[in-house]
Amino acid sequence: MNARLNVEPNIADPDAFYELLVDSHQDLSDAQSSMLNAQLILLLANHIGDLRVLREAFAIACANAAQSSA
Amino acid sequence: MDIDYQRCEFAYTPANVPEGARHPVVVVGAGPVGLATAIDLAQSGVPVVLLDDDNKLSHGSRAICFSKRTLEIFDRLGCGRRMAEKGVRWHVGRVFHRSDEVYSFDLLPEEGHQYPAFVNLQQYYVEGYLHERAQELPLLDLRWCSKLTGLAHHPEHVALTVTTPDGAYTLDAQYVVAADGGKSTVRALMGLESHGRTFRDRFLIADVKMTADFPAERWFWFDPPFHPGQSVLLHRQPDNIWRIDFQLGWDADPVLEKTPERVIPRIRALLGDDAQFELEWVSVYSFCCLRMDSFRHGRVLFAGDAAHGVSPFGARGANSGVQDADNLAWKLRLVVEGKAPHTLLDSYAREREAAADENILNSTRSTDFITPKSAVSRLFRDAVLQLANEQPFARKLVNSGRLSTPTTYADSRLNTPDADAFAALRPGAPAPDAPLRHKGIEDWLLRHLGGDFTGLYFAGGEEDAAVLRQLEALAQEAVPVRILAIGAGGFEDSAGLCAARYDATPGSFYLLRPDQHVCARWRSVDLQAVRAALARACGKEAIQALPEEMEHA
Repeated sequence: MNARLNVEPNIADPDAFYELLVDSHQDLSDAQSSMLNAQLILLLANHIGDLRVLREAFAIACANAAQSSA
Repeated sequence: MDIDYQRCEFAYTPANVPEGARHPVVVVGAGPVGLATAIDLAQSGVPVVLLDDDNKLSHGSRAICFSKRTLEIFDRLGCGRRMAEKGVRWHVGRVFHRSDEVYSFDLLPEEGHQYPAFVNLQQYYVEGYLHERAQELPLLDLRWCSKLTGLAHHPEHVALTVTTPDGAYTLDAQYVVAADGGKSTVRALMGLESHGRTFRDRFLIADVKMTADFPAERWFWFDPPFHPGQSVLLHRQPDNIWRIDFQLGWDADPVLEKTPERVIPRIRALLGDDAQFELEWVSVYSFCCLRMDSFRHGRVLFAGDAAHGVSPFGARGANSGVQDADNLAWKLRLVVEGKAPHTLLDSYAREREAAADENILNSTRSTDFITPKSAVSRLFRDAVLQLANEQPFARKLVNSGRLSTPTTYADSRLNTPDADAFAALRPGAPAPDAPLRHKGIEDWLLRHLGGDFTGLYFAGGEEDAAVLRQLEALAQEAVPVRILAIGAGGFEDSAGLCAARYDATPGSFYLLRPDQHVCARWRSVDLQAVRAALARACGKEAIQALPEEMEHA
């Protein structure tokens, strides 16, 4: 498997990142949270750019989403 | 003064029906695709009967955007310049979100092409000009008020029942081209279907006559203040007509929405309360993206909307239909003349099915953006549009229609794979245009390609005279190759664009099909390789190198 998506730890301060993620949604309605997530996906996907890397990330998330409870 | 083509009625004349006559080709449907097919056949020497069930041209402007490639095909058919002169030329599209421009695109940013990226021209002009061209051709027998009511497929021919004001008669054809539109009678009579997706949305077309100073550009709004929550598309047509296309949503009442009481306030919202305009044509439509599984069924070939359908966003309907005609006519000619096996017609089906898939893919993606089908799809669409106001990357994701470009037949069996390296084009690609000069007069490359196979030779080497003498032999083949030499004292590559667009060096040679697509190319001429490529492009089995004794026979 010629993995190109980095799934090894890559964020220097993981706890700070997670705090940023959750805090960003703090005062938002569900609709606003959805919009925030959508825009983050678009911004970060463009930064990555490589469709092969993105496909790998989508494949992992899609497989997990299909298995998760409804 | 222009002819009012929408109101032309053509006289029905009883057909002269000799007993036992078998026509090489009968084309059903005298729209743009049927007319183009019939003209192409007749001007290259094949007698053709063209049937139409009424006696009028297009009612309403309908398909208005004709692409550069389509104009190049019309040029080959003898009416491209007229279309380009009458049409409104444009190459820039702008996309607005609410009140702000978020994206613009230029479809032809470079110079050196005879035809513009697009012209907007009402379909009745296109049909009118094609019809006038058709009337010049003695081999083209156009029969109005001739409705197809029966079809029987026999091993050696197809028997068509044609019903006219005088009653019915039978017409025998070697081959039938079904260019009879989305509701194809031929398809129904043969029990065949198209498959695909229907989109749950409705759109209103309002053609408005007015004097306005919008530029000749394609303007597309998402969620504009004058039509909140929906999209609007504006195009300029000749004769001070403007096409305004309003998205209405699936719940809109298609009958009610066509009434002036509903249409006029929508237009006023866009143009302002003081605007002076007349309603020219109004229509409400929905659409599907679909195609037939195969465009060839024995002796019947399907083309245009009869074979495939797309959304209007991208102008891929009529343009791809005319390109079907361009692909089909020369193949039919070689087959009925006995110069190519009937399996050449399979290449029509495979090449144009691939083109339809490309068009459907682009059209479906545009439609998914314009008409999101789920809450999450709408969320991403709105996220893109909001980001596009400030972020350059998001503008590239905005999809208001990706406009028609010709298909490269990359996987066609008619192509000879490259043996030499080229940095431009590829086998299967449509030949690009370039300026030429001939005896001091400005000319265009594409005007000299096509109709027959053409060999495009780039001179400049010491061997030119010998190579050109050798190439003369190709004019004597059963399927002749016309030679066009660039730079050997005849045609001059005046802007250097011809060599650049073909990545040509002295001695380079391109073999081009009658529809101006590249089928093979080399850095230097090898007559045996050219003959093999020609045979391959005519659908004959790929010929291996000829044995020595035959070469010298």
